[in-house]
Amino acid sequence: MQKRWVPTPIEIAKKPDYILSGHRLCAGCAAPIIVKLTLKAIPNPENTILVNATGCLEVATTIFPYTAWKRPWIHNAFENAAATASGVVAAFKALKKKGLWKDEEPTIIVFGGDGGTYDIGLQSLSGAIERGHKFVYVLYDNEAYMNTGIQRSGSTPFAAATTTSPAGKVIPGKPEWKKPIGFIVAAHMNAYVATVNPFYWQDFVMKVRKAIDYDGPAFIHAISACDRGWRFEPSLAMRISKLATDTCLHPLWEFDPETREYRITGQSLYLAKNPDKIVPVEEYLKLQGRFRHLFRPVRRDDLIKTIQNRIRKEWNYLLKLAGFKS
Amino acid sequence: MSEKKPGWKEIPIAGVPFISSLEYKTGDWRVFKPVIDDDKCIKCLLCNIYCPDMAIHVKWDDTGNKALGVYVNYDYCKGCGICADICPVKAITMVKEER
Amino acid sequence: MLKEEVVGQEERLLNGDEAAAWAAYHVEPDVVAAYPITPQTIIVERFSEFVADGLVRTEFVSVESEHSAMSACVGAAAAGGRAFTATAANGLQLMNEILYIASTLRLPIVMAIANRAVSGPINIHCDHTDAMNVRDAGWVMLFCEDAQEVYDTIIQAFKIAENPNVLLPVMVSFDGFLISHTAQKVKVFKDPSVVREKFLGGPRKPAKIKLMGHEVELSLNPKNPIPVTFGPLDLYDYYFEHKRQQSLAMQNAYEVVKEVHEEYARLSGRRYGDGVTVPYRLEDAEIAVVAMGSAPGTMRYVIDEMRDEGIKIGLLRIRLFRPFPYRDIIEKLRNVKVVGVFDRAQDQGMMGGPLFLETRAALYELESRPKVVNYVFGLGGRDAPPEMFREAFDELVGINKGTIKPFIRKYIGVRE
Repeated sequence: MQKRWVPTPIEIAKKPDYILSGHRLCAGCAAPIIVKLTLKAIPNPENTILVNATGCLEVATTIFPYTAWKRPWIHNAFENAAATASGVVAAFKALKKKGLWKDEEPTIIVFGGDGGTYDIGLQSLSGAIERGHKFVYVLYDNEAYMNTGIQRSGSTPFAAATTTSPAGKVIPGKPEWKKPIGFIVAAHMNAYVATVNPFYWQDFVMKVRKAIDYDGPAFIHAISACDRGWRFEPSLAMRISKLATDTCLHPLWEFDPETREYRITGQSLYLAKNPDKIVPVEEYLKLQGRFRHLFRPVRRDDLIKTIQNRIRKEWNYLLKLAGFKS
Repeated sequence: MSEKKPGWKEIPIAGVPFISSLEYKTGDWRVFKPVIDDDKCIKCLLCNIYCPDMAIHVKWDDTGNKALGVYVNYDYCKGCGICADICPVKAITMVKEER
Repeated sequence: MLKEEVVGQEERLLNGDEAAAWAAYHVEPDVVAAYPITPQTIIVERFSEFVADGLVRTEFVSVESEHSAMSACVGAAAAGGRAFTATAANGLQLMNEILYIASTLRLPIVMAIANRAVSGPINIHCDHTDAMNVRDAGWVMLFCEDAQEVYDTIIQAFKIAENPNVLLPVMVSFDGFLISHTAQKVKVFKDPSVVREKFLGGPRKPAKIKLMGHEVELSLNPKNPIPVTFGPLDLYDYYFEHKRQQSLAMQNAYEVVKEVHEEYARLSGRRYGDGVTVPYRLEDAEIAVVAMGSAPGTMRYVIDEMRDEGIKIGLLRIRLFRPFPYRDIIEKLRNVKVVGVFDRAQDQGMMGGPLFLETRAALYELESRPKVVNYVFGLGGRDAPPEMFREAFDELVGINKGTIKPFIRKYIGVRE
C-alpha cells in the first residue's frame, strides 16, 4: 500500500500556481480555490494537460486575448469535456506506443461544472469512465447553471431558488432533490470517486493525489460556494463551504473501485463518530439568499424539516454503505 | 483600452490567447481591502491557501522553508474578504478603499 | 512536370467503406474515435479488425456517440496526433457544433462520410443532404465517385489538412450504399510506409506559432515553453478577426488540394481531373451537366450515347466542394449555352438545391451567361437510372433549341 501523502500548509504554499491572478471569476468565488488546490496536488505539474467544459471557470479565465492558465489547456464545448479528454489520453497513448512521446503519459485533469457534468455532460462522462481512460475529472459544483444566469440544474438542491425554479407564491423553489452524482459515477465500478470541500483543504489535496495515482478514471466532486448565485457576502464563501460538510449536506467520502468500499473521511468521519456535532441544516440555509423564502416573510418549518429529514436519510444511507452502525 | 487593437493578420491563428492574465489587474474591482496585522499573524498560511485570486503571498526566509509572514498583492486582490473571515486570530481587517 | 514514379500497388476487391478503412490503415492515425451508423459501419468494423490484429498502433476509441467521436478527435488532434473518424446522416448532424470548433481550432482531422439521407422519416440510403447540412462548418469537402477514389482521397486528405497554409479539417464524402457497399477493384499500396513515410513525410508535425515571444507548437504539448490555451471566450472585439483568418485558410486550401492531388498522382499513377473538377467531353460542349458523387458515372454513359447522336453535351464533376471552385466553373462553363445542375440533396426553402445555387452564383460573374437549371433527384436512395438522366438531358437539349422554356428547378424520379 502506498505511503499516504499528508501535506502541511507550508508544503502547499510553496508549490507554484498554475492558475494565475488576473482571472475574472467573481470576488469570493470558490471555483478558483478548487482549481488551485487541485493543481497543487499534482506530483508532476510540468507534465499535465487540462481540459475544461464551458462554464464560469472556462469563460472567466480565458477572455481573449488573456489567459490565466499556465498549463496546456483546452476548452471544446459544454457537454464533452470527458470525451475531449478521452481523445487527449488516447493520443498520448498512441504517440508513446509509436515512440514519438518519450516521457510518461501526461496527467490529464478535467474541470467541469455541475452544468456540464450532471445533465448535458452525463453521457460523455459515463462513456469515458466505462472506457477506463486515465484522467481525473474534477466537478466544481455550484449547484446551478451559474454562467448563464443562475438557472437550475440536476445538482440544484431541494427548495433552492434559481431563475428557472424561482421561489414563487405556489412553488417554493426547486421541487426536485439533488442528483447523487457521486454514487452514479461510483456505480460504474470503474473509477475512484471522492467528495471534497475546498475548506477542508488537506482532505481535498490528499484525495486528488490519490485520484491521480489511481490507474484509471477518477472523479472528484467538489462543492463550490457561489456568492453570486447562492446570494451571500463574498467573504463568507469558505464559512458556508465548511457548513455544507458540517451539516452532512456534502459529506466527505471516497469510493475504492478495487475493493468496492466506501470510506467516510476527514470532518465527516469525525461527525460519524460524534453525531451530536452535526450542525442543524438551518445554520447553513439561513446564510444564503437562495433559501431566504424558507425564513421570510413566513418561516417554512415544514420545508426546513423536510430538508433536515432528507439529510438524515442520506447520511444514514452513506453510513450504511461505509459500514457504520447508524 | 484606447489603443488600437491588432488586426487579423497580427494575432495568432486558432484563437490562441496571447496575453497572460497577469497583465489584467483585477485590483481595481475592490471596494474594501485587506490589511494584515503582522504582529497578530501566526503564519498558519490559511489565507494563502484560500485566496481565490492567488493574491496573498508568503514571505519566505532565506532557506525558503520557513514562513516569515504574508502580504497582499493589491494589483489583483478583489477585496472578497475570505482571508479576513477565515483568519483564526483575526489578524486581517477589511478597510474601505480610499480613492 | 516531375517524373511519375508509380510505386508498387496490389489490387483488392473492396467496397467504398473497406477502401476507407484501408486508407486509414495505411495512414495509421494515432486515434480513431468513431461510432457506427449505417452505411459507414463497415469502416469502423474493418478498422477494428486491423487494430485487433495488431496491424496498426492506432488507439481505437469506441465512443458512445458521434458528438463524442468528434470531441475525442478534437482532443486527439489538439494533443498533436493524427485523428480520423467516419459517420453519416444523423451522426454528422449530432456532431454538428463540434465541426465548427474543430475548424476554428485549426485541427487537421480527417473524416469519411458515407452520404446518407437525413432523418425523418428515417432512411438509410444515399443522398447528399447530410454533407450539405454542414457545408458552412469550415471543413474542406471532397466528393468521391468510386471506391478507388475514396482510398486515394482519404490519404490525400491528411496531407491537405496538415499543410501549414491550410490547417483545416477535411471531409471526404462518397455515396452511401451505392459506393460504400459496392465491391470494386481497388488498387492499394503494397507497402504502408509509402503512405506514411514517402507521401505523408512521417508522423504529424503540428504547426509552429509565435506566442508571447516564443516559438511554440500549436498543440497541447506539455513541453511547449509557453503552454497553449485552446478555445477561449471571444467577445465582439476579436471574433470577426478569428473568422477572417479561417476564411484565408479555406481560400489557401484550393491550391493545396491541387498540389497534393498532383503529388499523389505521381506515386499512384491516378488522377481525377486536376483534383478540383473532372470535366468529361466538355471542350466543345453546348450543353453541360454538373453533378457530384457517383451519379456522374451513369451520366457519362448517357453522354456517350448522345454524343454518338451528334449532340454536343459534356459533364463537369465537382470533386472539391469546399472551398467552392467558382473560378473553375466560370472557366469551364463560359462557352456553354445550357447548364443542368443535378442535386442529390434537399432544397427545402431554397431557390434550388445547394450545388445549383453555388454554380449559378458563380456563373453570374459572366457577362454572357448560360441558362442554368436545377434537377433535384435521388433523395433517400431513389434510383437514378440512365433513362431518367436521358430524359433530363433531352430537356436541356430542348432548352438549348428553344423548344422548351427554361425553368429554375425540377424534381425528377419522384412520383407525382
